[in-house]
Amino acid sequence: MSILVNKETKVICQGMTGKTGTFHTNAAMAYGTKMTGGVTPGKGGQIWEGENGNLPIFNTVAEAREQTGADATVIYVPPKFTAASIIEAIDAEIPLIVCITEGVPVLDMVKVKEKLDKSSSRLIGPNCPGVLTPEECKIGIMPGNIFKKGNVGIVSRSGTLTYEAVFQTTNEGLGQTTAVGIGGDPVKGTEFIDVLEMFLADDATQSIIMIGEIGGSAEEEAAEFLKNEAKKGRKKPTVGFIAGRTAPPGRTMGHAGAVISGGKGGAEDKIEAMQSAGIQVSPSPAKLGVTLVDLLKG
Amino acid sequence: MNIHEYQAKALLKKFGAPIAEGIPILSKDDVDAAIEALPGPLYVVKSQIHAGGRGKGKFTELPGDAKGGVRLAFSPEEVKSHVSEMLGNTLVTKQTGPAGKQVNRLYLEDGADIESELYLSLLVNRETGKISFVASTEGGMDIEAVAEATPEKIHTIDVEPETGVDAETAGKVCDALELASDARTDGLDLFPKLYEAFTQTDMSLVEVNPLIIMKNGHLRVLDAKVSFDNNASFRHEDLQELRDLSEEDAKEIEASKYDLAYVALDGNIGCMVNGAGLAMATMDIIKLYGAEPANFLDVGGGATTEKVTAAFKIITADPNVKGILVNIFGGIMRCDVIAEGVLAAVKEVGLKVPLVVRLEGTNVDKGKAIINASDLNVIPADDLDDAAQKIVSAVKG
Repeated sequence: MSILVNKETKVICQGMTGKTGTFHTNAAMAYGTKMTGGVTPGKGGQIWEGENGNLPIFNTVAEAREQTGADATVIYVPPKFTAASIIEAIDAEIPLIVCITEGVPVLDMVKVKEKLDKSSSRLIGPNCPGVLTPEECKIGIMPGNIFKKGNVGIVSRSGTLTYEAVFQTTNEGLGQTTAVGIGGDPVKGTEFIDVLEMFLADDATQSIIMIGEIGGSAEEEAAEFLKNEAKKGRKKPTVGFIAGRTAPPGRTMGHAGAVISGGKGGAEDKIEAMQSAGIQVSPSPAKLGVTLVDLLKG
Repeated sequence: MNIHEYQAKALLKKFGAPIAEGIPILSKDDVDAAIEALPGPLYVVKSQIHAGGRGKGKFTELPGDAKGGVRLAFSPEEVKSHVSEMLGNTLVTKQTGPAGKQVNRLYLEDGADIESELYLSLLVNRETGKISFVASTEGGMDIEAVAEATPEKIHTIDVEPETGVDAETAGKVCDALELASDARTDGLDLFPKLYEAFTQTDMSLVEVNPLIIMKNGHLRVLDAKVSFDNNASFRHEDLQELRDLSEEDAKEIEASKYDLAYVALDGNIGCMVNGAGLAMATMDIIKLYGAEPANFLDVGGGATTEKVTAAFKIITADPNVKGILVNIFGGIMRCDVIAEGVLAAVKEVGLKVPLVVRLEGTNVDKGKAIINASDLNVIPADDLDDAAQKIVSAVKG
């Protein structure tokens, strides 16, 4: 099993005819993802010619959903149009919306979030690498070649640190059920808790790697959640990592959400919260895989 | 983007906030006209730098018992004497670091009779995904200290995006600040205006500390700090003129031209990494092995040879840098592109310090082959731990 996406997931792409959309649609199809179409206003009715097959282009998400039966969409449109694209996907009742775009104004996300909370759609991102279930479905920009089908669930606020965790668990022979990049923005569709809940419920996921960073308190909330679930007997071996121990307060470290502000969001508090919830915190991003192997040996 | 207090006040005034009369002073020639424009007899001379703690700050050029970065003046002569002591000198506050910041701008403001000081800010609440007021009766002091000592005195009030700041929400903020009579009437008027300023200009923070109740019972914005969301700058070209480049690090300005996420730090190991999380983790691991990073630098997922070259130049231009660590996990970014970028940059700017390169991911073999085939003195590393240990020992010698 896996979470969020599998080999049945039918995906459309908003912004498919752009350079980034084209590149990653080709890569997704090469990986075996069921891409079923794309959306570019004004180009409806045309055919997108890819390296691994052609796809129909639609003017609207609603039309694409109706014609293709898509249950997921991936968004590569530029930041100034991103909020409108997400809202269009929510209005078309697409169950899973994955937004890769970085640089969306935070007040746009406040509007999106309000709409999202009243809908049945799930949004992953923005400013994230996407979701990947090995050998089944790749939505977003993660490099498929480092994955291996297996039993570790990976959730992360950072793209490249997700790849580190994937690569290391592949090298250790464990492999992954699904990797989810929730994104580096302060206001986003899916938080750690949402994904952790899915991993706890997924039988195939036998252990978890959770990668956080400075800013906000999502890691503390996730640790509290795992602690409470463990009391109910729901518990899986979990390795954690927090990036940004050396980040100066008040400075935004690349990700819009990675900032220690008002004395809150520092790495030490997060590490402490994780440890108190029984998460094995890796001291180094190079040791995620071995830390998990050691933990599993007991 | 941060702006100065006087700019923040001018902006909030446009939205109808109660602000004292004030005039910015950019050179000594502006002083007479500024004094002339204000009613007196009480004036406040305020240093304009992008850092807090100005009142308790000290000027490095002045004797230790000299007054701080915000001063009262009771006559035009006193204003002039303050201006000559403050303008052009270096102010050290707890937020500037020991090097301090040169005060190139002052703000001369009409003095106020203060009855009490309150705290009010607006920001995006990450937990709820809504814009929130943060309000406290404990104004005029460090809000972090208030949060630490008496968290029950800080109130967070979310604004529903659908309704905005309606009478009910504004009333809640008034209650949190314990406003009554005239001050309450002023508050009910001010809070929706602050929210409008926040949303219409894409602020990420507006902090009024203190918001004061004057002796006459009315509210006034006595200090104002405003930051804007850089991601929304495309719809506010007019605000870009408020940017003060002299407040920013020269290397950070250069990096921003190439769309590189760069933050200057105090250590001596320069870092070039792809991905913000990995870049932070690289800094952390350098520290773990006993050295300090000179910078945070994320070259991004789709970096070109040109971008890598620019990044390399910025790192090597920093005289503090005694060694460089390049750490790339190629997902979309191909390792051979990075390798070529590094070689091109080294050929252009030379290499005077040890360089450790760790490549992993897409086209890693090609990338390593390019590095190995060059005659450059590059120290290859297998993983991040190995890389960090190698650069730390190379720098420490």
